[in-house]
Amino acid sequence: MAIQKSDSHILSVLVNNRFGVLARVAGLFSGRNFNIDSLSVAETDDPEVSHMTIVTHGEAQIIEQIEKQLNRLIDVIKVRDLTAEHHVERELALVKVDCDTSERAEILQIVDIFRAKTVDVTPTNLTIEVTGDEGKIRALLDMLHPYGIKQIVKTGKIAIIRGEIRTRNG
Amino acid sequence: MRGAKILVESLKRAEVKYIFGVQGGAAMPIFDDLYDAEGLKLIPMRHEQGAAHAADGYARATGKVGVTLATSGPGATNLVTGIATAHMDSIPMVAITGQVPTYLMGNDAFQECDILGITRPICKHSYLIKSSDEVADVVAEAFHVAATGKPGPVVIDFAKDAQIQESAFYYPESVNIRSYNPTVVGHPGQIKKAMDLINRAEKPMIYAGGGVTLANAHEELRHFTSKTGIPITVTLMGLGAFPETDPLAMRMPGMHGSCCANYAFSDADLVIAIGARFDDRVTGNLERFSQKSKKIHIDIDPSSIGKNVTVDIPIVGDAKNILRDMNKLAQPAQIEPWMQQIREWQKKYPFEYRQNGDRVMPQYVIEQVYDLFPDAVVTADVGQHQMWAAQYFKYTEHRQWLNSGGLGTMGFSLPATIGAQLGRPDKTLVNINGDGSFIMNIQELVPAVTMKLPLKIFIINNMYLGMVRQWQEMFFQKRYSAVDYHDNPDFAKLAEGFGATGIRVERPEEVRPALEQAQKIEDGPVVIDFIVDEEENVFPMVPSGAGLDEVIRGLA
Ligand SMILES: Cc1ncc(C[n+]2csc(CCOP(=O)(O)OP(=O)(O)O)c2C)c(N)n1
Ligand SMILES: [Mg+2]
Repeated sequence: MAIQKSDSHILSVLVNNRFGVLARVAGLFSGRNFNIDSLSVAETDDPEVSHMTIVTHGEAQIIEQIEKQLNRLIDVIKVRDLTAEHHVERELALVKVDCDTSERAEILQIVDIFRAKTVDVTPTNLTIEVTGDEGKIRALLDMLHPYGIKQIVKTGKIAIIRGEIRTRNG
Repeated sequence: MRGAKILVESLKRAEVKYIFGVQGGAAMPIFDDLYDAEGLKLIPMRHEQGAAHAADGYARATGKVGVTLATSGPGATNLVTGIATAHMDSIPMVAITGQVPTYLMGNDAFQECDILGITRPICKHSYLIKSSDEVADVVAEAFHVAATGKPGPVVIDFAKDAQIQESAFYYPESVNIRSYNPTVVGHPGQIKKAMDLINRAEKPMIYAGGGVTLANAHEELRHFTSKTGIPITVTLMGLGAFPETDPLAMRMPGMHGSCCANYAFSDADLVIAIGARFDDRVTGNLERFSQKSKKIHIDIDPSSIGKNVTVDIPIVGDAKNILRDMNKLAQPAQIEPWMQQIREWQKKYPFEYRQNGDRVMPQYVIEQVYDLFPDAVVTADVGQHQMWAAQYFKYTEHRQWLNSGGLGTMGFSLPATIGAQLGRPDKTLVNINGDGSFIMNIQELVPAVTMKLPLKIFIINNMYLGMVRQWQEMFFQKRYSAVDYHDNPDFAKLAEGFGATGIRVERPEEVRPALEQAQKIEDGPVVIDFIVDEEENVFPMVPSGAGLDEVIRGLA
């Protein structure tokens, strides 16, 4: 699992919910040799606007260029670097673990401690859903490792500013 | 009204006068509706690349949006170089391509190609029209985006079924794109800070680029220099933004720029960049670039600022507005010792060349062209001849010099000259071309002849891809790989074959009479094939990777 880089930045990007926008944003990163560590997109409460959370890394000057280049795209409404701001970040992971009946209780206890959820059980495995920041998810995975992790599916990171009253979509 | 007709009507509303195109299946309804359109003239070109460059040349010469039209698939891909050329130089252009019908899209249909995918990184924005009721809004938005902020090409891909679908026609009165609001007025606090710095500087210089031309800020720039008396260097893209004949003009900077401008960068304590982007061809080795100076950077594009060099005072906005505000605070600079130094460099290091026997020297041809056509709009292609045309012709007028600076597209200039001539019928159009470049879009002589355009096409024929040969001579032990063009056709005869006037010049004393003859031809293009000294090099030269102060003034 990728370890958060020290020069990691979380960008919150509002875009027009239009044909080709994702391709424009992704193309900008690849075309200009910027990194994307993760990207997640979804419609906002306004169906004409989508929100992207992009995790990237690089020196301050590169991040500044990324923000400026994103702003150049006609369909980008607003870019905000959340890294230095007070924010909450979350990702979600679904983890399938080897688990026979003898280990089940033990694993369920771990799930409990991490306030994760069991979403599927079979005689030989257990599927766990966990939400949290990167550190928490990593800690859970470390705990589950000895039992044998079969598969992990993860979302990209999403983030939001704490407190602060924001306008809709803003 | 059908979609194609709505497009044509919308183009008229956008005040389009010319549309440069090549026919084809997926665009036939549009061409059909252009056939008898009034007030909007279709100019059939012989290749889509030529059509795109012609639209680009029209835009550069007039400041208006150029328009090009091609069919889907190969028609659209042929536009690509033209779109990229316009993009690199921020030229306002709208490129319209036909697309296969929506019900076939994605099926690898005949002549289908994802032109929006291909052009995404080389245009400012793009649109897909899938229904005729989107047409007018898309056209209005496309013209707005192409022409405002930092201008650039916009691609409109228009599905064929939408071209024949009926809708009512309403052209929007105004365009408002919530996510697109370029900053045009400079921040007053930044302007004040900049002026304080300028007034305190002992060795200031202005470094003006193509942005001054794009913003039509030439008069404000002249006003600023005459008020302050600060010396100025204008980049290849900006030539014409300031008269090169003015005593303050240090001439072009960079790789083949003047020693004066390059030494000034190295010595200056303040660089005022206006609509210029610290391109690597200007700065040379960034680590050695203008180390002693503070930098003020005025640009409409925030992403240009701080990209290559660290800037002390950024000012985002339109150069015309910002210069107007700066002029209110400008005062004469007290920089006499610095000016003495500048004058010494100007005097000591003019652009100069040595006559080689009885050969026609390329620089001599340009000098004679300047002497006879000082007011002409000059287009240049790409290579040594382009540099000589920049060095030995002194541009004095706004939009007098058109060239592909950013992408350096060989084959640009002939079609661009056609577009420029249509845009500026009042002007003489001189095209300085290379033997390699000319043949890259030679087919566009056909529309030039058909329209009887009095273009003055001057080929600096050194029988080589000269610029590359120069690099091979200097950095590849004269291993002349793939640059020998001694198998060139006879361009004068070729021109005659096209129906133009063709003249061949082999001796220095023939140069002026041939140019005088060309001056008199008004009913069509004239091509003069100047057979010049083959291995002449462009100097001064800052080798790539070297600092500006390491300029090679000439071969000993
Ligand atoms: C389309 C394209 N292909 C290749 C190049 C690389 N290139 C730059 S200058 C040059 C030589 C141009 O030759 P010519 O037109 O004869 O001009 P000269 O340098 O001899 O004056 C070449 C091949 C280019 N700029 N554009
Ligand atoms: Mg040549």
